[in-house]
Amino acid sequence: MMQKYRLDKKGYINRKKIISFKFNGKKYFGYEGDTLASALLANGIHLVGRSFKYHRPRGFIGAGVDEPNAKVQLYNKEAKNEPNVLATEVELVEGLTAKSQNCWPSVSFDFGAINNLFSKFFPAGFYYKTFMWPKNFWYRIYEPIIRKAAGLGVAPLKPDPDRYEHKFEYCDVLVAGSGPAGISTALAAAKNGAKVILAEEKPRFGGSLLSDEVTIGNKNGKDWADESISQLKSMPNVIVKNRSQVFGYYDHNMMVMIEKTKDHLENPTKFIPRQRLWYIRAKEVVISTGSIERPLVFANNDRPGIMLASAAKEYMKVYGVLVGKKPIIFTNNDSAYDCAIEFKKNGIDPLVLDIRKNSDSSIVKEAKNLNIKIKFSHGVANSKGHLRVNLATIGKLNNSKSSYENLENVSCDCICVSGNWTPTVHLSSQSGNKLKFNDKIDAFIPNQSRQNETTIGSASGAFTLKKSLEDGFSKGYEISKKITGKDTKSSPPTSNERSSEEHDKFWCMPLPKGKHYKRFVDFQNDVAVSDIELAVREGFRSIEHVKRYTTLGMATDQGKTSNLNGLQLVSNVEKKIVPEVGHTTFRPPYNPVTIGAIVGREVGKNYRPTRKSPMHSWHEKNNAVFVDAGLWLRPRYYKQSNETLSDAAIREATNVRNNVGVCDVTSLGKIDIKGADSAEFLNRVYTNAWMKLPVGKSRYGVMLREDGIVFDDGTTTRISENHFHMTTTTAQAVNILAHLEYYLQVVWPELDVNVLSTTEQWAGAAIAGPNSRDLMGKLFPSLDVSNEALPFMGFKEEDLFGVPARIFRISFSGELAYEINVESGYGIFMWEKIMELGKEMNIEPYGTEALSTLRIEMGHVAGSEIDGRVISSDLSLEGMLSKKKDFIGKRSLNREAFLDPDREKIVGVIPLDRKTMIPEGSHLVKDNKSSLPNPKLGHISASCWSVEYNNPFSLAILKEGKKRIGEKLYALSPLKNKSIPVEIVSSHYVDPKGERVRS
Amino acid sequence: MLEIKCPYCGKRSQNEFSYGGDASVKRPALEKEISDKEWDDFVYFRKNPRGKHLELWHHVSGCRQWFKVSRDTTTHEIYKTSKINEE
Repeated sequence: MMQKYRLDKKGYINRKKIISFKFNGKKYFGYEGDTLASALLANGIHLVGRSFKYHRPRGFIGAGVDEPNAKVQLYNKEAKNEPNVLATEVELVEGLTAKSQNCWPSVSFDFGAINNLFSKFFPAGFYYKTFMWPKNFWYRIYEPIIRKAAGLGVAPLKPDPDRYEHKFEYCDVLVAGSGPAGISTALAAAKNGAKVILAEEKPRFGGSLLSDEVTIGNKNGKDWADESISQLKSMPNVIVKNRSQVFGYYDHNMMVMIEKTKDHLENPTKFIPRQRLWYIRAKEVVISTGSIERPLVFANNDRPGIMLASAAKEYMKVYGVLVGKKPIIFTNNDSAYDCAIEFKKNGIDPLVLDIRKNSDSSIVKEAKNLNIKIKFSHGVANSKGHLRVNLATIGKLNNSKSSYENLENVSCDCICVSGNWTPTVHLSSQSGNKLKFNDKIDAFIPNQSRQNETTIGSASGAFTLKKSLEDGFSKGYEISKKITGKDTKSSPPTSNERSSEEHDKFWCMPLPKGKHYKRFVDFQNDVAVSDIELAVREGFRSIEHVKRYTTLGMATDQGKTSNLNGLQLVSNVEKKIVPEVGHTTFRPPYNPVTIGAIVGREVGKNYRPTRKSPMHSWHEKNNAVFVDAGLWLRPRYYKQSNETLSDAAIREATNVRNNVGVCDVTSLGKIDIKGADSAEFLNRVYTNAWMKLPVGKSRYGVMLREDGIVFDDGTTTRISENHFHMTTTTAQAVNILAHLEYYLQVVWPELDVNVLSTTEQWAGAAIAGPNSRDLMGKLFPSLDVSNEALPFMGFKEEDLFGVPARIFRISFSGELAYEINVESGYGIFMWEKIMELGKEMNIEPYGTEALSTLRIEMGHVAGSEIDGRVISSDLSLEGMLSKKKDFIGKRSLNREAFLDPDREKIVGVIPLDRKTMIPEGSHLVKDNKSSLPNPKLGHISASCWSVEYNNPFSLAILKEGKKRIGEKLYALSPLKNKSIPVEIVSSHYVDPKGERVRS
Repeated sequence: MLEIKCPYCGKRSQNEFSYGGDASVKRPALEKEISDKEWDDFVYFRKNPRGKHLELWHHVSGCRQWFKVSRDTTTHEIYKTSKINEE
C-alpha cells in the first residue's frame, strides 16, 4: 500500500479510491485520477522500458503526449492487448495490467543491452552501410533479426473486440486545447452566439492552469478554469469534450478528433464504444495547443530519473507525486524555477544549475528568498546510475561554454531539465501555415494562414498568461462576430503570474574532456548528437535527408521533444541559422491513432453495404451457398446433402440443358431510359444500330470506352417508342449509369433523354432450358408463348397471377430461356410461383456457378473476358460494329495495334486428356520446357466442366487465336504447379449455330 | 476532405462526389473527320497544371449531376462551382 513518493494532500486525484494495478508482473497501488505514469512514479518506479536501438534503460521524460520513452504494452480483462501505449496517457483503472516493451528477459536485465556496449559500431546509417551484401541476405537474414532486436510492442493477433464510432459535426469555432487561451476563446465566442466545440486531449481541463501558480480575477487558475468549463457546458451552443485530441487538420477546415470514451471507465456498459472519431467541419479553428518543454542535452542524459522540469512540476501539482527527493533542476531559462519552488514548498531541497551567468528576474529572486541553492554558469556534464540516475557530474562552463572550468560529482535521484519551450505548431503547420522562426524563443511559430485558422497562447509563442487571456477573449470575439454578426464583447479578467520569459540559447552541453559519451537528442529513436554530426559530416545537407538518415524525429512521438534540438544542432554544425536549415514537415496524426478508430464500424460485413435480392430469404432456406458479386450476395449453388461446389454446378447446369432451371438475376444492372431522343442516344453509346429496333423487341449491345476498349455488354428492350429498358452486367451497373449521365449532361445536353437506375425496383428470374416454354405457359396461361408469338428477343407485358410482369425472351445460358421481371415487392411471390408450378417438371434453381458453366460452354463473354484490355474483334464481336454510324470509341478502332490481324482472339481450350481442369489465369505456351521467360501466347479467362460433353472446357484469349484452332499447346499455371497439354477449339463449344435459343 | 458546393444541392463533403477530370476537354463531334492527333489529344492527353484547374465533378451520392469546379491543385482552394451550361 506504500506509495513512498506520494505527497500528502496535494494534487487533484481522488484519495478515497485506491486502485490496484500490475506492472511487469508486480502489484502496485495508485489513486483514481492517476495516470499509469503518475502511479508508477508514486511508487518510485522510473524505469519503464528499453530504448529502441541500444536497449538502454529509460524512464519518464514528460507527463503527457510528448513522452518519448514510456511506451508500454497493455493487457485487459478480455485478454486483449495493445502495444505502444503511452503510460503518461493511460488513466489508472482497477485491474490494469501493463508491461515494458522491447526488453528480454526483463526491463531491469535486458539481453539486448549488449547493443549498448557496441554502440560505437552502430552509428547513423549503420544498417544501410553494413547489410548491403549479399543482396538476398537482407530479407532472409538481416531484416528478421534486426526487426526482432529493435521495435516496440507486440501487435495483438486476435481481432479487436471493441467497437469504434464515427461522428460528423459542424461548428462555427473549434478550439483545440483548453488552457487559458482556449477557454478564453471559447467563452468569448460562445457568449457572442457562435456554435463552439472546445476539445481537450487530457482528462482534466485547464492546461497549464493545472500546474501553474497563477490567479485569474480573484481565483486561482484551476478554479477559474473549472468555473469557466461549467459555464461553457451549461450553454446550449457549446460542446465541451475532454479526452479528445484534435490530431489532424485537413483541407477546407476539416478537423479530425479522437475521443477516448471507454478505457478510463471501471465498469463500462456494453453499449459504450471504445473511442469515437469526430470529423468536424469548422468555419474557424482556433489552435490553443500550448507548448512543449525542450530537454537540455548532456552526456548520458537519458537515464531514468532525468525528465522535463515541467513534467516534474505537473506530477507534483496534479498528482501529488514527487519524482525524486534529491532533485537537481537544470535550466537555461526562468520557467524551471517554478519547479524548484514547488519542490521547496514540499520540503525538498533542490539544487538549481542555471546555464545563464545571472538572472535578476522576480522568479529567481523568489527562489533565492526561499533559500534555494542556485549555481549560475553551471550545468550537468554527465550522469551516472545504471537503472536510475544517482550521480550528476556538474561543472562550471567557461566563458565560451565550450568546456568546463571544474567538474564535481553531486548525488541526486532525479534531474529536471528545461531548455525553454517549443510551441505546438503541428495543427497549424498541417493546415498549410508557413511557419516562421522566432529568435526570441528559438522556435518556429505560425505565420501566414492558408485556411481559416488562428493560433493563440503559447502555441503562438506568447508565453505569458496575460497575453493568452487577452488574445483568447479578443480572437474569440472577433472570429465569432465575423460568423454570427453579433456584437457581445466580453473582456478578459485580470491575472497575476510569475514572469519567466528570459532564456539562454545554449542547450547542448560539451562532453567532459576526452570522453565519448552519448548525448541523446531523440530518445525514442536513440539519435545522439554524434549521429547528427556524422550525418552532416557525410554530406547530408537537407534537414529532410538528415532526418531520414539518422531517423531523428521519425519515431511515434514524431520528435515532439527532439525536433527543434535536432534543427539547432544541424544549424550549429553547418554554422547556419535555424530558418536557413528549415524544419521537417508536420503530418497528421499529431499522435498515433488506433486503426480501429479510423476504420470505425466499417469492419467485417459492415465494410460495405450488402445488397440482397428480394428472394434472398428463399435462397437461404434452400441451402444456397452465397458468393459476393460486387455488393450483391448471389446464390453460387444450392447444396444438396454433401455435394461439392463442382458436383452441384454440374447437377444444376445439366438440369438446365435437359429440363428447366431458374436463376435469380435481380442483381443485373437495369437502367430506365426515356425521352424523344432515346434511340439516337443508344445508337451513340452502343456499337450496333438501334434506330430501327421495333417496340416490343430486345437487342444485344456492346459499349466501348472512348479508347476503343470494350466497356460492357447487355440487352436493351424497346418498351414503347420513347421508352427503353437497358440491362448491364452486375459489376458495371454503377459505372454505366455515371457514363450515360456524363454523355447526357456534359457532351450531348441537347438530347432529350433521361436515365434512371431501376436495378432495385425489379426482381428478376431467368427461366432456362428446353422445357421452359411449358413452364411459361403455366405461369402465363392467357399468353401465347409460342415461338411465333413470343420469338427470341421478344418482349411482352403480362400479369403473373395479378402481378404486372415483364417478359423478355433473352438467354445467357444459350438455351431456350425467358427472363421475368416483377416489382421487387412481388419478387418472392414470383419465385415461389415458379417453383410451385415447376415442381412437377422437376425444376431446380441454379446459382452463379452453373450459370458460368452454361455461358462458358456456349462461348458467351462475361467480365472475365471483358477485362478492360480487349476490343470487339478480340471477342469475335466485330460484326456488332456498325459501319454506317459513329459511336463512342469508334475513332479509336483505327489505331494501328487494333488493326493488327494477329491480335488475340477468343478461343476454346480442351485438355488433351479430357480430364484435367485448367486453372483460370493459366498461360498458353508453345513449349512447356522452354527457358524463362517463356513467350506467352494467351491466357485462360474462364474454365468449367462442360455438361454437354462431360469434359473440361475453357475460354482463352489467344494470340492469332482463330488460326490456331486445332493446334496443340500447353496451359501453364506456375501458381498451381501445373503444365497441361491442351487443344485449341472454337469458343462456341455447344450449339455453335445458336439454334436452341431460337427453338 | 474537400467541401464542394454542388450548384444544385449546396455544400457537401467530398465523399459524396467523384472526380471527372479536366472540364475544358471537348469531345469531337460525331461523324467529324479529325486527325489522329486531335483524337489522341482528346482521349489521352491532359494537362497537369499546378494551380488553377477547371474540372468536372459528379455528385454521385446526391443529385447525380455533373458540374464544373474551379480548383487550385496545390492549395485545394475552390474558387467557383457552376452548372455545366454556366460559365
